[in-house]
Amino acid sequence: MSGFLIDTGWVNLAYVVASIMFIRGIKGLTHPRTAVSGNLTSAMGMLLAVVATLLADGLNYQWILLGAVVGGLVGGLIAIRVQMTKIPEMVALFNGFGGAASVLVAGAAFMITRNPDVQTTVSTGLSGLIGAVTFTGSMIAFGKLSEILPGRQISFPGLRIFNALVGLGALACVVWLTVDPSATIAYWIIVAAAAVLGVTLTLPIGGADMPVVISLLNSYSGLAAAATGFVLMNNVLIIAGSLVGASGLILTKIMCVAMNRSLGHVLFGKLGPSADGPSADDVYGGKVKSTSPEEVAMLFDSAQRVLVVPGYGLAVAQAQHIVRDMANVLEERGINVEYGIHPVAGRMPGHMNVLLAEADVPYEKLREMDDINNEIEQIDVCIVVGANDVVNPVARTDPKSPIAGMPIIDVDKARTVVVVKRSLSPGFAGIPNPLFAADNCLMMFGDGKKAITELVTALKEG
Amino acid sequence: MEALVAAITVFVLAIFIGFEIITKVPPTLHTPLMSGSNAISGIALIGAIISTRTDNPKLATILAVSAVALAMVNVVGGYMVTHRMLAMFRKKR
Repeated sequence: MSGFLIDTGWVNLAYVVASIMFIRGIKGLTHPRTAVSGNLTSAMGMLLAVVATLLADGLNYQWILLGAVVGGLVGGLIAIRVQMTKIPEMVALFNGFGGAASVLVAGAAFMITRNPDVQTTVSTGLSGLIGAVTFTGSMIAFGKLSEILPGRQISFPGLRIFNALVGLGALACVVWLTVDPSATIAYWIIVAAAAVLGVTLTLPIGGADMPVVISLLNSYSGLAAAATGFVLMNNVLIIAGSLVGASGLILTKIMCVAMNRSLGHVLFGKLGPSADGPSADDVYGGKVKSTSPEEVAMLFDSAQRVLVVPGYGLAVAQAQHIVRDMANVLEERGINVEYGIHPVAGRMPGHMNVLLAEADVPYEKLREMDDINNEIEQIDVCIVVGANDVVNPVARTDPKSPIAGMPIIDVDKARTVVVVKRSLSPGFAGIPNPLFAADNCLMMFGDGKKAITELVTALKEG
Repeated sequence: MEALVAAITVFVLAIFIGFEIITKVPPTLHTPLMSGSNAISGIALIGAIISTRTDNPKLATILAVSAVALAMVNVVGGYMVTHRMLAMFRKKR
């Protein structure tokens, strides 16, 4: 048995209370009204767990304080300064830190454990393995999201065999560690191998799939903490880690369903444009109607219900605030303005909702895809800003298309659709969008922010 | 062995509770859910703290203190940024 078992009953009792507070905290997130207090409950649970832990004997307080101050300042500064468009990068970074922390804790604990038993060595090995994959995988995801690294799929022949060999090597070292617990070097070989794996598993995944990847890495960071909990035989680590692990897995599944792809396909498959699909010229030839802000402003004269469908392009153009201004003008005229949010509209689950909340859009106005699709025929004017694949009707109509079966927002069924977009260039799926050539669709070409600004001006003058 | 079975029991039950409540979180709050779970995965802080002992070899102390710092980034940064986001959802009426 490792020497970390905290046998003071009341410390473990404090951990139980902390665990309940984490669970209550997440439960608070089931509604925007209770979410703020839920988050505070969760934070208080963390504080309780930390204080209870600090009361143990023989701790090196100076060093703990040093680490805590440095980490706290860095974390606080990031939290205050990060822009809402950059939240996916921040979450990727934090996932990585969580993984790295687990690697270091398991490493330190292993060095000071006398005569570790099988269960300790196996869970130490797993902590190192999962933690290191999480760390380097998250750094690659961060690089891709912040465009330091190219977003395209980077791969080389034999990558899968290479990954399999490295993975097996790491598992072999777990066995080595179990047979000879004095071989601390085996732990660091596991960590090194897993660090390589994190890179080679994440590099081949394209930028469009980042919502899946950061959800999965979020789950791993929790599982790494849970594995560390098995090393230390500490319930609060196991419980908190499992909650995060479950949360990440659920979000991963939701993101996969929203793109109609299996997790295996996201991780190992290649997404390419289908060679036999119709070309852009076939789809668009002479049928695309371009419009001006003034014409669009006139469309609203007879409109009662307007739906805004934002895509990641809205965030890139920083157009969320001006879209809100447009909605204000329309609402003053008695028009009902709502927002249709596709689950993968942003770069991570729920990202678009946060961007719109930042622009003071009330959450009641944010409608989920399935929900708004039921009413889409009653929408007079639908404005698509910076979205493409998530409104491509080909997903419904062409079973051979690379996005076949992907759930979309059926904007083509609205009475009139206005698409705000720089050009007719394809989205991540690399295919033309017949929506742009539809009879009820008008294209307003230009930068999202500039185009909507002109539209607001035209509305105010009209 | 008994301790291991107890730990596995806790692990499995916690996963189930996690699935039950997290499936009820609406898509609107999925980003705060992720940053909030970033903060919770900073629970590694507890492990880091109990690994910094006065009688440690130096290398173990360095590892443990680095872990304290990394986990603290998650805890402080995660809770603060989640609060910032959730406050934006709340400020409308």
